[in-house]
Amino acid sequence: MLVKQLSVFMENRPGRLYKLTHALGKEGIDFVTLSIADTKDFGIVRFIARDNERAYEILKKEGFTVGITELIGVEVDDKPNALAEVVALMEEADMNIEYLYSFVLTNHNTAKILMRVEDTDRAVKLLEEKGIKLLSEKIL
Amino acid sequence: MFSPEIEKIDRKQLREMQLERLKHIVAYAYERVPMYKERFDKIGLKPEHIKTLKDIENIPYTTKDDLRDHYPFGLFAVPMKQIIRLHASSGTTGKPIVGGYTRNDLDNWATCIARILVMAGATDEDIFHVAFGYGLFTGGFGLHYGVEKLGATVVPVSSGNTERQIMLLKDFGATALIATPSYAMYLAETAKKMGVLDDLKVRLVCMGAEASTAEMHESLQKILGAFPTENYGLTEVGGPGVAGECREKAGMHINEDMFYPEIVDVEHNKVLSEGEQGEMLITTLTKEGMPILRYRTKDITSLTYEPCKCGRTLARMSRVVGRTDDMLIIRGVNVFPSQIESVLMGMDELGKTYEIIVDRVNYMDTIEVRVEVDDANLLTDYSKLEALVAKIKHALRVVLQIDVKVKLVEPFSIKRAEGKVKRVTDLRKK
Repeated sequence: MLVKQLSVFMENRPGRLYKLTHALGKEGIDFVTLSIADTKDFGIVRFIARDNERAYEILKKEGFTVGITELIGVEVDDKPNALAEVVALMEEADMNIEYLYSFVLTNHNTAKILMRVEDTDRAVKLLEEKGIKLLSEKIL
Repeated sequence: MFSPEIEKIDRKQLREMQLERLKHIVAYAYERVPMYKERFDKIGLKPEHIKTLKDIENIPYTTKDDLRDHYPFGLFAVPMKQIIRLHASSGTTGKPIVGGYTRNDLDNWATCIARILVMAGATDEDIFHVAFGYGLFTGGFGLHYGVEKLGATVVPVSSGNTERQIMLLKDFGATALIATPSYAMYLAETAKKMGVLDDLKVRLVCMGAEASTAEMHESLQKILGAFPTENYGLTEVGGPGVAGECREKAGMHINEDMFYPEIVDVEHNKVLSEGEQGEMLITTLTKEGMPILRYRTKDITSLTYEPCKCGRTLARMSRVVGRTDDMLIIRGVNVFPSQIESVLMGMDELGKTYEIIVDRVNYMDTIEVRVEVDDANLLTDYSKLEALVAKIKHALRVVLQIDVKVKLVEPFSIKRAEGKVKRVTDLRKK
């Protein structure tokens, strides 16, 4: 039920993001998502690729420090307050969201939310109980 | 043991041998090297005044500047005809240090190296991959002939082209690696990255040319699964082979039949006793080509004369804390790069390559440590990276008593050295 995301350590200096994206791009790896935290010296690039396993192997070979993180993916209607409703559920259960990002794919009328929480199992259980639609890696 | 008659010698007998050799080498240097004659005459010292080992304390020091001032052959004690090999230091600052070797010198040198390799656990069945540069640098040829003397197999790879080195390590089935500590680590990291660590048969790593720390040895052993030992030497007294660690790793055994060590407090011109830390002086007892009396190594260490658990009675020098040349003074505090290395190597989440950058901003010294992040587990949460930076800063503050700026950098972003590594960049000197 979880979505795998790759996390890469990156120094905040010119050319680094190009190196990463080009290393994957020239091997035909397609990104589904990509986000970078805004920091001074270094940051973490988080992304999901169409082929995460190959992306992982390529980056390892290129010498990046790369890890796999499991996220909870949720699908909601693309309408006002949909995100708030999910967040409210988490808050009620006193579950902290470490980070979250969302996106809408073209030709879809739903929005997808990806989040990293401390206790993944508990969060999955909670959301399932509340009838929230969870994403698997394939749905992406 | 390669030379049991020396390595297990009764210390009283050793001292007699050392005295006899000292008297000889002092007279030899006095008669054949003008610099020594001048220095002795100036203070009224005659070779015959050397009656006990303690009398060595009356002999003036020899320094690196003396070697430079007599560049290239001014300190040679024999005609060029008898010198059959020349070596030189890299000479990054000014003229290089030159060494000349007679046939006997080369033979003794190989013996010293063979002893050190056996101490490290090698036998004549081993296959040695020598990743020291071959050329004027004493490391490559020095170790090379020692391996041959031992009767093991030598693979003279020299330095450079790391991926090819790993292919050869694997294909030739090398069981022992000879490299600088930083290059050994780089080879291990690269083999890991290439996914071939399990295909390597390396069981020993004999490291020299740079100082290393216990923590560095541990992490190398963890990655490579091979037993690391360190050995010691310097071009000025002939190159590697002065001392080496045995399997006990309780200090480096000095080849005392050929090198006479002293520890001194140079500032107060005082010879220190067993266990006290100071600068090591070395007198070559058998060198014919270029005898050197009381050479100031600039290396800070201490000596013990206790017999080792391995059975050797040769004096042991502790791991070199630092070179007086390497010591940094940051806002009035003495900092040795080795102290920083100990802290960093003790943390598993960090890579094994680092650099230190010293600068002066608004008349204040600044020191920054850059270290590579190697642990993917840190990436689940940004706060883990921040916590790691705080942890490193704290550990450095405890050891150094000053605040250090810490910067995490990407793996393989710090330049790897294939010869001697340069960890410190001091921008204050510009």
